Amino acid sequence: MRYVPHSSSDRTALLSACGLPGMDDLFADTPAKARLKMPLAIPEGISEPELLAELSGLAQKNSASSWLGGGSDDHFIPAALKHIISRSEFYTAYTPYQAEASQGTLQSIYEYQSMICELTGMDAANASMYDGATALAEAALLATRVTGRKEIVVSAAVHPNHRAVLKTYAQAAGLTVKEVAFDPKIGQTTDSLALGTASACYVLQQPNFFGCLEPVNGLAGKASCAGALFIVSVDPISLGLLKAPGDYGADIVVGEGQSLGNPRSFGGPGLGLFAVKDRLVRQIPGRLSGLTVDKNGQRGFCLTLQTREQHIRRERAPSNICSNEALAALAAVVYLSLMGKQGLRQVAALCLQKAHYLKKKLGKKVVFSSPSFKEFVVKSEKPVGLDLNRFYPELKGCRLICVTELTDKTALDRLAGEL
Amino acid sequence: MANDESINHDEPLIFEKSSPGRKACSLPAADVPEQKIEELIPRDLLRDELNLPELSELDVVRHFTRLSQKNFGVDSGFYPLGSCSMKYNPKVNEDIAGMPGFTEIHPLQPAEQVQGILELLYNFEKYLCALFGYDAFTFQPAAGAHGELTALMMIKAYHSEQAASGKSSAEHRNIIIVPDSSHGTNPASVSMVGYQTKVVKSNGRGNIDMADLKQAVGEDTAGLMLTNPNTLGLFDEHILEIAETVHKAGGLLYYDGANANATLGICRPADLGFDVAHFNLHKTFSTPHGGGGPGAGPVGVNKKLEPFLPVPRVIKKGSDFLFSIVDFPRSIGRVHGFHGNINVIVKAYAYLRSLGAEGLKDVAENAVLNANYVMNRLKEYYYLPYDRTCQHEFVISAKWQKEKYGVKALDIAKRLLDYGFHPPTIYFPLIVEEALMIEPTETESKETLDAFCEAMISIAKECETNPDLVKKAPHTTPVKRLDEAKAARELNLRWSN
Repeated sequence: MRYVPHSSSDRTALLSACGLPGMDDLFADTPAKARLKMPLAIPEGISEPELLAELSGLAQKNSASSWLGGGSDDHFIPAALKHIISRSEFYTAYTPYQAEASQGTLQSIYEYQSMICELTGMDAANASMYDGATALAEAALLATRVTGRKEIVVSAAVHPNHRAVLKTYAQAAGLTVKEVAFDPKIGQTTDSLALGTASACYVLQQPNFFGCLEPVNGLAGKASCAGALFIVSVDPISLGLLKAPGDYGADIVVGEGQSLGNPRSFGGPGLGLFAVKDRLVRQIPGRLSGLTVDKNGQRGFCLTLQTREQHIRRERAPSNICSNEALAALAAVVYLSLMGKQGLRQVAALCLQKAHYLKKKLGKKVVFSSPSFKEFVVKSEKPVGLDLNRFYPELKGCRLICVTELTDKTALDRLAGEL
Repeated sequence: MANDESINHDEPLIFEKSSPGRKACSLPAADVPEQKIEELIPRDLLRDELNLPELSELDVVRHFTRLSQKNFGVDSGFYPLGSCSMKYNPKVNEDIAGMPGFTEIHPLQPAEQVQGILELLYNFEKYLCALFGYDAFTFQPAAGAHGELTALMMIKAYHSEQAASGKSSAEHRNIIIVPDSSHGTNPASVSMVGYQTKVVKSNGRGNIDMADLKQAVGEDTAGLMLTNPNTLGLFDEHILEIAETVHKAGGLLYYDGANANATLGICRPADLGFDVAHFNLHKTFSTPHGGGGPGAGPVGVNKKLEPFLPVPRVIKKGSDFLFSIVDFPRSIGRVHGFHGNINVIVKAYAYLRSLGAEGLKDVAENAVLNANYVMNRLKEYYYLPYDRTCQHEFVISAKWQKEKYGVKALDIAKRLLDYGFHPPTIYFPLIVEEALMIEPTETESKETLDAFCEAMISIAKECETNPDLVKKAPHTTPVKRLDEAKAARELNLRWSN
């Protein structure tokens, strides 16, 4: 009986205190014909050493990847980070409903919100969404609520999986999704904004899925003229160098935050970043930690604007989200604290320099001509990086390569030779 | 959470500890020839400043260590938070999930490089099907509410298809029925798929009122969402009749698996008539809550709904495991950027392998035993609105204390903190006034349960003798009661210098 502390005499004592003859009597309300009679087709339990052996066997059947990015990126995680987030006061706690016993979680969420606002140039960030894809879908839903419109306009250069999730959410909610093409030569979204009177928002990714930098300045004004919100999906590492979306007029910023101190782990847990301008704060999905004081006037933190949330507003809540990715958000705030002002800039600069070194070596094999950050597309039949054919049939034979601060020059030279 | 004086001092914000020029990170110098950044990125796309804090590594470690000491987790003490199954989170599962073979793999790698994780997902799906009675599972939903949403999307797709094939007037099926004891996520999920919620009453025994349900169902019924045992901790005695009523009307049944801990190896939601269900691996399968996530909310379906499961799905061809999209053209699509919270799923799989079929049944039996024991010890001191054998949790009320001494459930919860226990869930379900929802879980010993009962009894006595002591609690925590009204009125969600 792994993890159950009772001896048989404990059980007898507990049962008799309840006035029940046997364990079966605990389940008298379960209809007899629905009670399990046959044994479950589940293997017998195993001991801890057997478990470790079996699971490390499975782990060893996986091999590490290289050159793959696309929102699950290989960035350095400082040793101190793992030690901090492994403190069980953090990871074995529930959602901080009892503020007096959860100041650690609440203050770290407040600090996380502050840093995400700083990175994105926005006024308020929530405590996290499930991942970049669902954050993007919820941002679009927010836009349809605020504008009362039913069309979502999205660039085809937004992550294909994020667009797929957006379409699933939109389909269920009775909304339409319209895609704006990208320019096959330069890899940027074509300038025809295609926003009409039914458009709730314009969704762009910066850098886009191909790693290309979109000419974002001025787009907010166009969206606003059309009565639509401007939603930007970001790679937070790139914000070590790139202009904050709030500074070019984004109304909502979302993004995949895995790269901030979280391992790839086959794509999950991710970390959905979600930040808005002040006027949208009350529409934001999910949890918010706010600063306040206790009855003695001492500074403290608590969940705030909870009247928006599902446990109070029920069917009128802006979203159904309850559990989010708190521990991944804690990793992000620890990561940003360890990297600091200089470090994040340095990580971004290393990604940029190394990616461009390789890009230069590959010369004409590089498919798109626009400036890029840490990813770019090459024409090659070699099974390297991500085959784009599965997402973009028109890009058959093209592959997306991701370079980070962890890629060394030897590997870059070798890849350039192979390609 | 440390109760000593030293921890009761304000820990400055990390920004307030920043000192210009200080640095914690250690990164290699560029090993490639560097170009000017302005030559690579247009000037008008670059940022000018980045106001992140500047600290040494020790500064950062001490800051977050001190914050952790202001937190209460399962490892700190008893955590009877109802409907959350705050059981022990086994350490070995953390070690396993941290193996590089699980953490350093990319979701878009070719299948031949990730056979181990695909095999794990394939087998876990098989075991979950056996445990809960379903035909297939998706692992994409990242939390319980995400699972609810995914299931409702499938229910909607099913009805649309039925309507398109002329089998029913399904385009008018837009009502989801929930009991008045349901989780808030249920109606919130309903709204996200453009459906409407209809609420049915609970009766005096805490079951769904059958007469009310029979009146509520009709040609517009898309389905019913139910937690069973429900949020009162009671197993609905008419569950089979409920299922029949909804099915007869042409609706589907959805099982909110938040309380599945009480059913493991005892009965299976699919056998009770539920067509689709989500399970909270961060509750029932002991993966830690992480202070509010990441969780995992896999969804199981019967044959009716299987074609609509999200893609890609793991399949086996010969001895190889792979992801497939093309085999499932009727799928609702994706609900997660990749494959779900895989690292959480690894921990849950390890938990299931440790326990095996017999161990899982032990979980349910002992969880239910512990809840009944605590309920029986407390019912003399607190009003028990439904005096029946409970399942993994039960709901008592501070009604007596409120009427006689003006002490509320909130006050009792806060006073428990002074006794070193995490409070139960309070003011939920909404149908019980001054509710205290207590879920002890199976991993707690008799001694711990007794200590908690003694504390609750002692607080009940304090309500009589010194109600102010309870009303002003907590007295020993790092901060005292917080001004939540001020937090909402003078909204401050970020630091700024």
